[in-house]
Order: sequence, then C-alpha cells, then structure tokens
Amino acid sequence: MTDHAIFPPRAGLVARGVDWVIRHPRMFTFLMILPIVLWLGIVYIGALIALLMQSFFSIDEFSGVVKHEFTLSTYAELLRPSNFDIIARTVVMAGSVTLASAVLAFPIAYFAARYARGKWKALFYIGVMLPLWSSYLVKVYAWKLVLAKEGILNWVFAKLHLTWALDGILSLPVIGGNSLSVSYLGTFIVFVYIWLPYMIIPVQASLERVPGPLLEAASDLGATPRQSFRMVLFPLALPGIVAGSIFTFSLTLGDYIIPQIIGSGRLFIGQAVYTQQGTAGNIPLAAAFTVVPIVLMGFYLWGARKMGAFDAL
Amino acid sequence: MHSDTKAPLALKLSAIGGLVFLLAPIALIFLYAFTTEEKSYQFPPPGLTLKWLGVTLGRGDVWQALGLSLKVAAISTSIALVLGTLTAAAVARSRFFGREAISLLVILPIALPGIITGISLRSAFALLDIPFSTWTIVLGHATFCIVVVYNNAVARFRRTSGSLIDAAMDLGADGVQTFRLVILPNIGTALLAGGMLAFALSFDEVIVTTFTAGNQSTLPIWMLEELVRPRQRPVTNVVAMAVVLVTVLPILAAYYLTKDGENTAGSEK
Repeated sequence: MTDHAIFPPRAGLVARGVDWVIRHPRMFTFLMILPIVLWLGIVYIGALIALLMQSFFSIDEFSGVVKHEFTLSTYAELLRPSNFDIIARTVVMAGSVTLASAVLAFPIAYFAARYARGKWKALFYIGVMLPLWSSYLVKVYAWKLVLAKEGILNWVFAKLHLTWALDGILSLPVIGGNSLSVSYLGTFIVFVYIWLPYMIIPVQASLERVPGPLLEAASDLGATPRQSFRMVLFPLALPGIVAGSIFTFSLTLGDYIIPQIIGSGRLFIGQAVYTQQGTAGNIPLAAAFTVVPIVLMGFYLWGARKMGAFDAL
Repeated sequence: MHSDTKAPLALKLSAIGGLVFLLAPIALIFLYAFTTEEKSYQFPPPGLTLKWLGVTLGRGDVWQALGLSLKVAAISTSIALVLGTLTAAAVARSRFFGREAISLLVILPIALPGIITGISLRSAFALLDIPFSTWTIVLGHATFCIVVVYNNAVARFRRTSGSLIDAAMDLGADGVQTFRLVILPNIGTALLAGGMLAFALSFDEVIVTTFTAGNQSTLPIWMLEELVRPRQRPVTNVVAMAVVLVTVLPILAAYYLTKDGENTAGSEK
C-alpha cells in the first residue's frame, strides 16, 4: 500500500474518501469494528452493567423505593431460606436434566453413529433435527397436550392397566403432585425433551470419530461389552457429553417459561427474576438473582474447558 | 465409525424408544389441529374436522402477530447482516488491539441465558425512559442475531484469499466495485445461510421479547399467552401445526439437497 499508486486519483469526493480509507488499513479496520463496538457496547454491555450495578443497591422495605447507595445486603437476601431454596431447586433441576439427557442421548447417538444406514440414518437425522428446529413454544405446547389429565399419556397408562403405577409415582413426595402437568416430574420431562437434541448432536459427533476397529480390538483382547464401554467408548465420548452438558445446564438454569407452564408453581431462578423485576418491582434483587447463573456458568465453562469440551463443539 | 455387525437388541430398542420420545409429541400437534373437542385436550379426539383451519385463517389477531414477527425478523436480520459481516471481515482480515475481546463480545448475548439479555435491556429502557415499540423488540433481536451471521461470515472470510481483493484493487476497481464484484460473490452463500438462521432465531424468540415488547404481540408472544391462559384451544392447535410445517419443510429440503453429495463422497463405504 503506497500513496503513489499507478492510477491517478479517482474523481469525486466519495471515491477519494473510499480510496483514502482503503490505503490506511488501521483506519479501515477501525471503521469496520466501530458499528459493532457502538451497538454491543451501548445496547448490550451498557445495559448489562447498569443491571449489575443495581444488584449493589437495595430496596427500602417500607416505601419500595430503590436506595442508590452501595450495599451487599441484596446479595445477603439471596441467602434467605426462601430465596436460597429457589437457587438450590434450579441447580438440582439443571443437574438432573443434564444427567438424564446424557443417559438418553447416548444410545441414540451411538446407534446413529455406528449402526444406522440408509433409511435409518435419514430417520435419525430428521428425528434429531426436527425437534431441534421446531418452535420452542410449540414443543412446550405439545407436552401440555401429552401430560394433560385427559391427554394421551394417561390414556396409554389406562389402556395398559398401569394407572396404579402412574398414581404410585405421583404420590411420591417432592417429585409428585396431583397430575404430571403440575409436578416437578412433569417439568423435568419437558426440560429433558426440549434440550435433548443439544446433547445428542455433540455426543454423536464425538462417537463418529471413534474408529470401529478400536472397539473390535477391545473385544478381541477379551474385554466384555461392559468393559469396552467403560474403558474405551465412554472416555472417548466424554468431551462430547461435557460439550452437550454446557447447553443442557445453561439453558435449564435460565429458563422461566417451562416451569411456569408445566410445574408445581414453586419458583425457579428465571421466574424469580421475572417476578422480582415485574410485579414485585424489586430490581436490585432481580439483578442479584441474574448474577447467580452468570457465576455458575463461569465456573462450569472453566471446568468444561479443562476437560477439552471446546474441541468437541 | 460404522460396523457391519448387528446392533445389540437392547441398544436398538433404546435408540428407537428415544426416537419415539423425540417425534411423538410433534406428531400429536398434527392430530390435535383437526380435533372437534374445544374445551379440553381429550385423547383420543372425539371427532375430526377441518373447521378450525378456516376459523384460524379469518383471525385478525393471528395475522397481526404474524405480521409483526415477520417485520421484526426482517429488520433484525438486516441489521445483523451489516454488523456481523463488517465485524467478521475485520476479525478475519487483520490483527488489532482488542480483537479477542470483540469475538467474545459478539458471542456473549447468546452464551448467557436469554433472560439476562432481556432484563438488562428492560431496565435500561426504564432508566432512559424509552417507551416500548417495535424498535425496542428489534434492538433485542438484532443483538443476538449478530452472532449467527458473524459465525458464518468469519468462517468464509478465513477461507477466502485476501490476494483476490488486492488483485481487484491493483486492476483499478474502486472500493465499491471490489465489494460488489469480488467480495460479495465470495461470501454470498455464507451470508444467505447466516441470514436464514438469524431470521429463524428472531422469528421464534420469546424470552427476550417478553421483556422488550410492551403490549405488542409477536407470534411467539401470542402462543405464550395461549399457553398460560388457554382461551381458544382449537385456534392454538392450528397455529402450532402451521409453525411446525414452516420449520419441517426447510429441514426436509436441506436433507434431500445435501444427501446425494454425501453418498457420492463415499460415506457408504
């Protein structure tokens, strides 16, 4: 790039301006990143910082007005039993959803990667992509149809003369309830359904990379199927499982719509944020609640990175 | 990885069971769109009818919500295309101070849960006294749409040779000509793919939208209100089916378009 180009300077102010910018690469780069820095810097980071600052304010218990002075009392409020329960409940749910997704995803991913051919391969592809790309709300709605008292699931149990088994499960403390659509178990099933494709895809990708002869060698050398799974297949699939678990864990932590529609009415973090900023008008507490998933995901990503999950994405 | 041996029966059964779990609820949507039952989610449906298709087509609020969704998705995608492409070009082409920070910044809105984006925008609107409008929805949507355009474009820019641009300039093309005749044809398909993803993402978004929409209804917000307080179950059933159809057809098309290429590449041993 030199100022003495072979061609004479072009006519017109715009053309000259464009040429001048192109001849100054630093200026060119600066102009290219300026819009994104302005947009995300102001719209996103600005809003995020403004929110996080509010978590250091507190609300006056009597007047309901936000007091604009630095305090950690809002964070202390998170440790109150009623609020701490919400956090613990959400984390336990996110953990169990992640575990169940991994257990359910493995056979599907393994079969699709190792045995499915032709028509079956097509069916498995569509079977994963269709629920992944379908509208989130339509999927939740479909489960409302499935879990309704007069819906298909109860009908199937009745036809199989297994209604007693379903009632038995629903009468269990904590996870049970009057019906599946108003119990933790229902919330759990819907969470697993909605996030399962996010687990299958990375697990299948990591299993596709396992050479078939490796498993044959393991069994030739006398490993039982259980041993070759535990010592060969599982360690090789683990980065894929950890990669998938980032999605299932993070998405469950932040969701507030599923437990609102199918659940026992007890709050999750997302719902707590929503009600605190909305009807309760306690923005500082809502802000403090949003810090919880941010911190948790920070630790989770740090751990996942150590296990090599980012190479499996 | 593939094997000529047969799958163990237990594996086969659990894989097929998983597939049924994934697909059955979506199939159910199609059945319910034709049920004659209006007050509950009764299974099996007492009868089947085409009546509700017509009723839904005549519903003004559904069309209005659909119109707003399409408008927001179109504007957000356009903004995301411009910002995402510029950023991708800068990050892929040159090294500068803060380059890593920029790529992290772009990914952040999608890496953090949507509720965080939503509530921070809402509290910012409240602080600045900005009234809710179509533009506040667009502001939120464009923010998380940028990343999908960026991801597609940055991968393409890395594979496109920079000397092409230098050659065009050396041969006397001005900046605008170079962009139109050299850069755009090279990155066109990546932008199309990124744009489609961004459009789909915006069209289906509900979490951020609940915080930035005020009283307006996009199609997902309309759906959410029906889910929380069901008022017109038959109409909701039909809308749900229409939304599934809109997403199914592109997936099937994409599969059949890419399938043949895979086979000739010798993946079938």
